[in-house]
Amino acid sequence: MHALISIVIFVSVLAAQTPPQSTTAPAGNADAGKKLFQEKGCFQCHDTLGQGGDGPRLAPKPIPYAAFMKELRQPRDQMPPYTAKMMPDKEVADIYAYLATIPAPPEVNSIPLLSR
Amino acid sequence: MEKSKKNRVNRRGFLKGAAAGAAALVAKPNLGEARQTQTVRAAALPTARELAAETEPPSTDVEVLTEDHPGADFMVDVLKLLGLEYIAAMPASSFRGLHESIINYGGNKDPELLTCCHEESSVGIADGYARVAGKPMGVMMHPNVGIQHASMNIYNAFAAGTPVFMIVGNTVDAADRRPGAEWEHSAVDPAALVRDFVKWDDAPGSLTHFAESAIRAYKIAMTPPMGPVLLSTDSGLQEAGMGDRQRLRIPKLTLTTPPAGDASAVAEAARLLVAAENPVILGGEAVRSENGLRLLIELAETLQAPVQGGKMPTLHPLGAGANVRTADVILGLQVPDFWGVVNRMTDQQQRRVSSNLKPGTKLISITSRDLFLRSNTQYYQRFTDVDLGIGADPETTLPALIEACKRLITADRKRVFEERGKKLAAAHAQAMQQARQAATYGWNATPISVARLQAEMWEVIKDKDWAGIAGGGGRLWNADKFYRTLGAGGAGAVGSGLPVAVGAALGHKKYGRLAVGIQKDGDFMCAPGALWTAAHHRIPLLLAMHNNRAYHQEVMHIQRMGLRHQRGSFDKSAGIGTRIDDPPINYAMMAKSMGLYGEGPITNPNDLGPALRRAAEAAMKGEPALVDVVTQPR
Repeated sequence: MHALISIVIFVSVLAAQTPPQSTTAPAGNADAGKKLFQEKGCFQCHDTLGQGGDGPRLAPKPIPYAAFMKELRQPRDQMPPYTAKMMPDKEVADIYAYLATIPAPPEVNSIPLLSR
Repeated sequence: MEKSKKNRVNRRGFLKGAAAGAAALVAKPNLGEARQTQTVRAAALPTARELAAETEPPSTDVEVLTEDHPGADFMVDVLKLLGLEYIAAMPASSFRGLHESIINYGGNKDPELLTCCHEESSVGIADGYARVAGKPMGVMMHPNVGIQHASMNIYNAFAAGTPVFMIVGNTVDAADRRPGAEWEHSAVDPAALVRDFVKWDDAPGSLTHFAESAIRAYKIAMTPPMGPVLLSTDSGLQEAGMGDRQRLRIPKLTLTTPPAGDASAVAEAARLLVAAENPVILGGEAVRSENGLRLLIELAETLQAPVQGGKMPTLHPLGAGANVRTADVILGLQVPDFWGVVNRMTDQQQRRVSSNLKPGTKLISITSRDLFLRSNTQYYQRFTDVDLGIGADPETTLPALIEACKRLITADRKRVFEERGKKLAAAHAQAMQQARQAATYGWNATPISVARLQAEMWEVIKDKDWAGIAGGGGRLWNADKFYRTLGAGGAGAVGSGLPVAVGAALGHKKYGRLAVGIQKDGDFMCAPGALWTAAHHRIPLLLAMHNNRAYHQEVMHIQRMGLRHQRGSFDKSAGIGTRIDDPPINYAMMAKSMGLYGEGPITNPNDLGPALRRAAEAAMKGEPALVDVVTQPR
């Protein structure tokens, strides 16, 4: 339940704080980002496709880059901050690029186990 | 003192004599010859020495230990009166007398012995059984080594408020102890090792004392707040004669009525709840029976108030929409961590504490935990400022609270409640849809997502009379009865999950329910022998292994520390000491090796459904079954 509350808070905070400018992501290497997503341990809380676990869902359609970066550097909830020393901007861009490549899930009504 | 002194002489001398005899046999160079000699002698007339041994009183260094009516037989009479169906134990010499009496005097029925491979499993199995049966299982254990093994799950049962009836053997009389292990496995006060987290214990000095303390212990264990109790039981008392059975009396077992809330306090709680605009009910650990669940639902429907936790049925429209941030009155029913619900603490670079409540929110607590606490282990969580604290058992108090609320509800309030109910029903429908939507993310992922596992399991169990014994399916499973969920509670003890699941499955066995759950791999590895107990005693169950190949919570803690300490090169290091993937553990193979039905490891989500169906069929035929599923971390 705590996790659920955290997700709600996280998403609402992000929505409220998304700046109108600087939302364009720098070019990143999605393949490198996929590797970094594992190596940096992002998947531990967000699962391998960024679908969310203990941490909130990151993909598909990640939040605007500026908001993503802000939450990474100065998270509002339980996630520890990733400083530039721990995750340089280039790596953030790569991870963001990876998250942007993750396709949309199947429609809920197309999955018999979930539509009944 | 009924402990028989008949034939009581020097046991050490007896043992010394036996050892000398054994040494003489070992000294014979030709065993074949020895056997021949013995055979010839067996057919011959007794020697004068043998005749003397048969007819003369025993010498002072020999203790005759034969007993037709050992004290342990009387102890079995007591256990039968308590109505114990089972008694779990890893065998040990300190309770060999009682063990033998349970089998040969008691007929190994009520209680029936459960063979366990670890005392931690014994107590965990008893914990799980009690959560379903609503009454204790017996447990026997060795002092020192056995009780230390058991201690973790004793603590877990204590924190969960589960009744467990435990007996620890002990050889009190030092002169009776065999050299070596029996000294190492005896204690002045065996219960001292766990006294901080048992509700009550005693060390009876006689059979009458045993009977009275057993009845007292059972009553204490079953009175809310319930908890484990322990009797240290002398091996001499078990093995010596009981004396005149007619002089031994077993007191009447009359359970103490659970504490109910004070009438004026209940009336005040009703006044606050009826007047509230946004009341929230925290179900906590209040519900311990089907009737308790019925009462919780009745209270929620009377007030049209949302319920968070507390086994609220998945599809009930008041089972979602609870928001402590907007609440003006919060009713906590046996909530173990009330503070943690109404406050928030971040474990980030700074520790920040903030309230989740708006100013003026009233807190009402009904809990039997206010009536009994131990001080050392900090299971009772942070102190919570409440406006009304009712020290009572919620299930017992709910009927009066419901009636008090009904008396105060005017037509105007009823209209307000109905409007609130409509909004909450809409919120519930939205939450259900969101849960289904959330499950689509990572639906086809490998490793398999937890939501996919939950959905596939639901497809297999939905048309059966299923019962939850471990992790469940959240909003993806229709938990509509008390026994569909095991219920939270405990000390977060890694290693308690598997034996609790096995014990719960045993509790469900006589009802023919399909006992199902999602089992964590790290928890499983603490004492996997509990699975063998399930196979040996033909306890049907279906477990799916949430095999994420790590102690993932700890992975995240190490990661958090690496970030907090600004380690520039911590890549992958969070997995050192926390992952259990090299080599990967094959849980299906482990299950099969212990006589269970096993499938897996399943890595392709499309293979999962068929594997679960096959395992469920095995479980429905009476077998325990395990499907190893390689999963996403969380």
